Amino acid sequence: MSLFDPTRRQLLGGAAAGLGLGLLPSLSFAAAKSKPIGRVVVVGGGFGGATAAKYLRKLSGGTIEVTLIERRKEFISCPTSNEVIAGLRDYKSIVHGYEGLRKNWGVKVVHAAVIGLDAEKRRVRTDTAGEFAYDKLILSPGIDLDFEKVAGYDSKAQDTILHAWKAGSQTLALRKQLADLRDGGVYALTIPKAPYRCPPGPYERVSLIAHYLKTHKPKSKVLVLDANEKVQSKEKLFTGVWAKDYAGILEYRPNWNAVAVDGANKTVTSELGDKVTADVLNILPPQRAADIAHIIGVVNVNGRWSDVDWTTLASTAVPNVHVIGDALQAAPLMPKSGHMANQHGKLAAAAIVDLLSGRIPQPGVIANTCYSHVDGARAIHVDSVHRYDAEKKTLLVVPGSGGVSKEPSEAEGIYARAWADTIWADTLV
Amino acid sequence: MYKSLPIAIGLLLAAPAMAADHPAAASGSTTLLASNCFNCHGTDGRTTHAIPPLAGVAKPHLITLLKEYKEGKREATIMHQLAKGYTDEEIDGIADYFSKQKR
Ligand code: HEC
Repeated sequence: MSLFDPTRRQLLGGAAAGLGLGLLPSLSFAAAKSKPIGRVVVVGGGFGGATAAKYLRKLSGGTIEVTLIERRKEFISCPTSNEVIAGLRDYKSIVHGYEGLRKNWGVKVVHAAVIGLDAEKRRVRTDTAGEFAYDKLILSPGIDLDFEKVAGYDSKAQDTILHAWKAGSQTLALRKQLADLRDGGVYALTIPKAPYRCPPGPYERVSLIAHYLKTHKPKSKVLVLDANEKVQSKEKLFTGVWAKDYAGILEYRPNWNAVAVDGANKTVTSELGDKVTADVLNILPPQRAADIAHIIGVVNVNGRWSDVDWTTLASTAVPNVHVIGDALQAAPLMPKSGHMANQHGKLAAAAIVDLLSGRIPQPGVIANTCYSHVDGARAIHVDSVHRYDAEKKTLLVVPGSGGVSKEPSEAEGIYARAWADTIWADTLV
Repeated sequence: MYKSLPIAIGLLLAAPAMAADHPAAASGSTTLLASNCFNCHGTDGRTTHAIPPLAGVAKPHLITLLKEYKEGKREATIMHQLAKGYTDEEIDGIADYFSKQKR
């Protein structure tokens, strides 16, 4: 194992700290000029891509030039957005900027959409910012929603029937629909078959909405229509809270696969022909790697997800492209989560630093944690540690590691909020 | 909020790494292993939030805490489960890394 020289780090840290912020970019460019080892373009600035950009700079000692291409000017966090929907958190708190990556790490941040890739010439094309050459490309595409899999969920129906499964304007719109809901109204959420982004997310959402309705509109109901046969994450903890705190408000129906919606009447129909009408209808359609992954050509599992080499996260479809985050055909028991994407970003960054330095990347260990609030104060978690298995060529959960909370607690409510603040900083600052 | 973190902290993080000409091996490194902890304890173990910072904590103390978590001898909400995922050798490396970070 080889390490940074700690004495050198500390000495230089002390000296540089006195220079002030304005000097940092020139410092980093100087370093890059003295010995640049390569150029990396990161496409997608969510938890995966932003982390990868930062850690490419950190782990390469500034010797890799990093350009992050992201359509949106702001990073909007899906984790904790359920708290915004339930009126427990200010929307502004989940919106963050990219200036930390620019100022602290010397990442070049470009706001444009990627529209094509020349894998042979190693160039990526954008709509408004021209082309970028790369030695390695990291793609952190996230998911897109398969609206076509739910009949009638067209762009008109999408105006009234929200998903709010990507944080942003939909988060605020769903918050407003709930604020406008009459006491005695019905909120219904449909959950697609796994795998989908954030396994515990739907169950956290219905718990927090039940909490909101119990507190403010106690005659109202929450209906959970789950295409899966059971709760997909922290099952005993969620169902325990529902039985104890939300009895008479929240009803859970398994094996309820939504296949059609009627936007005008806010009705959803199941595969078996059951119909449910709700005042607020919240549909989570099936999901797949986002369109950009299809454009770049890395979607090679079921037409939905991307397969990678689990040592380097290199695509098995397109050379010199590494794929991270929710778009992956996940390793066993590995969730599609922001925490996992942050870890993928570090793993891919480290592998690329080694590849560009002429070293063979070593397999790694990464961990996941998903916190979920169950009311205004208490939270629960699930966690796991994943280690590369040379025989199976994938990351497997370390036997005996990980688990779930003993019970919902206020202590974990505090830790869950600290986790959000800390991972935002680890990803962006 | 991280936005209120002094910018100087970002500088301390960034500057030392920026100055190295030859990056050390990155995959399989203790830095990468320790980065499993950064999303809760802050990058390089520096944080002002409710999960405690680890930067600059003495190595023997960190090892004691982590081994107690691993063996289930220390009350915890989550660390007893996470610590079981790492070998004693890895814990030694991680503890060494955090002990050498500036607070
Ligand atoms: C999901 C968040 C999370 C991750 C990831 C995490 N920790 Fe923790 N850590 C906590 C929490 C929460 C506590 C408080 C004890 C508890 O309830 O588990 C804690 C406490 C500790 C403590 C005790 C600190 C003290 O001053 O008492 C140490 C040491 C520690 N963690 C080390 C680590 C190391 C090393 C890693 C990486 C291998 C790590 N942690 C990863 C959340 C995390």
